[in-house]
Amino acid sequence: MNTPHRLGDEKLDMGITVKTVTRWLKGPILLFGIYLVLYGHITPGGGFGGGVVIASAFILITLASGDRASLHLFSKGVASRLDSIGLLIFLVLGWLGTGWTGSYFFSNFINTPEAAQFTLLSGGIMPMANIALGIKVASALFLVFTLLTAFHIVERELEDQSSTEAQQQENKS
Amino acid sequence: MTIDVQALMPMFVAVPLGLSLLIQLVARHRHVLAEALTILTLLLLTVMSYYSIGYSGVYHLGGWPTPVGIDMRLDALATLLLLIVSVVGLAVSLYSVDYMRRFTARSHFYSLFLLMVTGMNGVILTGDLFNLYVFLEVAAIASYSLVAFGCDHEELEASFKYIVLGSLSSALILTAVALVYGITGTLNLAHIAARIAETGRDTPLLLAFGLLIVGFSFKAALVPFHAWLPDAHPAAPAPVSAMLSGVLIKAIGIYVLARLAFNVFGIAENELSLLRWLGLLSMVAGGILATGQKDIKRLFAYSSISQVGFMVLGLGLGTPLGLVGGLYHMVNHALFKSLLFLNAGTIEYTTGTRQLKKLGGLNSKLPVTAATSLIGSMSIAGIPPFSGFWSKLIIVLACIESGHYGFATAAVLVSIVTLAYQLKVQRMAFFAALPDALKGLQREPPMMALAMILLATGCIALAFAVLTGLRDPWLVGAAAQVLTAGTFGG
Amino acid sequence: MIFSLCLLLILIGLYGVVVSRQTLKIVISLLIMNHGVHLLLLLIGYREAGNPPIVDPAITITEFASSSVDPLPQALVLTSIVIGLGVLALMVALCVRLYERYGTFDVTEIRRLRG
Repeated sequence: MNTPHRLGDEKLDMGITVKTVTRWLKGPILLFGIYLVLYGHITPGGGFGGGVVIASAFILITLASGDRASLHLFSKGVASRLDSIGLLIFLVLGWLGTGWTGSYFFSNFINTPEAAQFTLLSGGIMPMANIALGIKVASALFLVFTLLTAFHIVERELEDQSSTEAQQQENKS
Repeated sequence: MTIDVQALMPMFVAVPLGLSLLIQLVARHRHVLAEALTILTLLLLTVMSYYSIGYSGVYHLGGWPTPVGIDMRLDALATLLLLIVSVVGLAVSLYSVDYMRRFTARSHFYSLFLLMVTGMNGVILTGDLFNLYVFLEVAAIASYSLVAFGCDHEELEASFKYIVLGSLSSALILTAVALVYGITGTLNLAHIAARIAETGRDTPLLLAFGLLIVGFSFKAALVPFHAWLPDAHPAAPAPVSAMLSGVLIKAIGIYVLARLAFNVFGIAENELSLLRWLGLLSMVAGGILATGQKDIKRLFAYSSISQVGFMVLGLGLGTPLGLVGGLYHMVNHALFKSLLFLNAGTIEYTTGTRQLKKLGGLNSKLPVTAATSLIGSMSIAGIPPFSGFWSKLIIVLACIESGHYGFATAAVLVSIVTLAYQLKVQRMAFFAALPDALKGLQREPPMMALAMILLATGCIALAFAVLTGLRDPWLVGAAAQVLTAGTFGG
Repeated sequence: MIFSLCLLLILIGLYGVVVSRQTLKIVISLLIMNHGVHLLLLLIGYREAGNPPIVDPAITITEFASSSVDPLPQALVLTSIVIGLGVLALMVALCVRLYERYGTFDVTEIRRLRG
């Protein structure tokens, strides 16, 4: 009854087809996520959506080849640190907005010329805020998924109950 | 050196959030550093909130003008609540230095604690309806994790019940926010107030207001919606119980109810009557259920429900004296209920049990706990000249002044019931004979004693606040005037 | 008409929370309730035959404001979905830990706290 339910232990890779296709696709998915984050001030997307797509690339590797493979690429310690660093960068960006021209928190202190609208390097601090959010959301989601699937569900209580039941049966017979 | 208070406003939210993340980065395994950072942050917040007394203004985040951007507003009511959150948070963080020695992963506790303080500060300071919902969720998620912190049987079960009921109420609040946005077209509280004043309060708005009252009554634990509190507050670790019962149900429950009812939607006689009846029901039900409890923290949790009923009764009277009574009782209750929960935590830490039948004779063994518990019990029961007496007196006088004699009688009777169960706790835990099992008890650890003395001093100091005027106590009078000034955006 | 369908979804979620005997089913019902509320919030910003709210260099601001759907509820729903994700992660972690401690997912057996 003591089977640990851990994805990496059992032979839970999903066959040669899935592993090969994942090996090809993980690059483009990651690239698509980075594109969503970077162009978040021009097209729909931004930090949240792009971060989810980046995390899904790593989750795909977990599902296809077991969590050892994805943790090899993006370990739990790195993810935890990037999580905090992402939001700290966001806060520092906000705080920088106050000191620059005596103006408000999160004010847009980078002035881009009017002609450069709709291109990549426009929108003031918004691309940097999007990148910080993308880092945070991606690492947070990946951590949540890895930790929730790596629980060792040790069935202690059920073992106690079944052993007492077995004893009672012995006592009766 | 003068610091512009205007520039301090976003720092109330940014400083605890930044330090919470910093603790995760640098102090993950160095618990002493995490404790020191938490205590320093709360000390800084206390100084900042003391510094901003008497200031009122609006801060536009990002420099965006009002209908487009998110505002933060600071006025006397917000300052009062910021002070309460910081002072109780400081005492609780001092206490948890010793109490949390029995737990592993202490740095996560301090991060979650600072995250909860961030959420509460955000709710208090914001001027935008959806921003209120976001910070409410931040504080709520941090509190769900903190209640389940020890991962013991009861803590997990209590946290599950709390999280299900909390998510339900948050969904109701979000529905109400959606309806308000659909009707008024804006999310800024001042603009919503102006639009409601123009268009009048027709049925869809009343539906949204009703949903908001129900949602925030869940958060404040008023009686038909209180089912999570008697499980969550006892099962949580003692510092968490003190924060939850002392400040969280006030900052995200009663404060938001008062703000929305008086300053945004404009209060009419129907809703005031509803608040009064909810208050009466909570007072009576909480008081009666508290007398039969055998577990000391569960008794204090039901007592919280009862005292919240007093506050909502005071708010529901609508007169200036009633508002002063309700807000003054809120401040008092924050201090003495967190003191009582810290006492219960000390008892549990030293004796290992929470059942009243197994306790006794703690007067001689735990002197600091006994003395501060006596001060706290006398304050909450309403014995003159302690602070609880003055706030309950103001509420009863306000009831009589506006002609609700039945509510006044009920308030006096519930005060007597409060005295009864507090005396029960004092007798069974402190004044009874020392049972044999507790003969070898040690004194309470020093940081816990320091925190309890700090809160007890605050309780006694608050009793003197009334000396500045019965209708206009220090800070509370200004806060009540914010509520009686009517809707925003004049 | 469509708003009453959103209300129906919310009520289905609420029914699920009240009736379910297993913790994971309660979690899923809460998710359904959240979906209903998000749908309500999104549909409030809808405009008949409106354009997606993406600004083009070729369109002026007044034309854009009068012909596109409202982008603010979309941003609100995005934020709310992320909040819901956080709460979902916490609830699932609690369910797993409850299974470790009590050995069951059945809510009627997880009842040590009484009174």
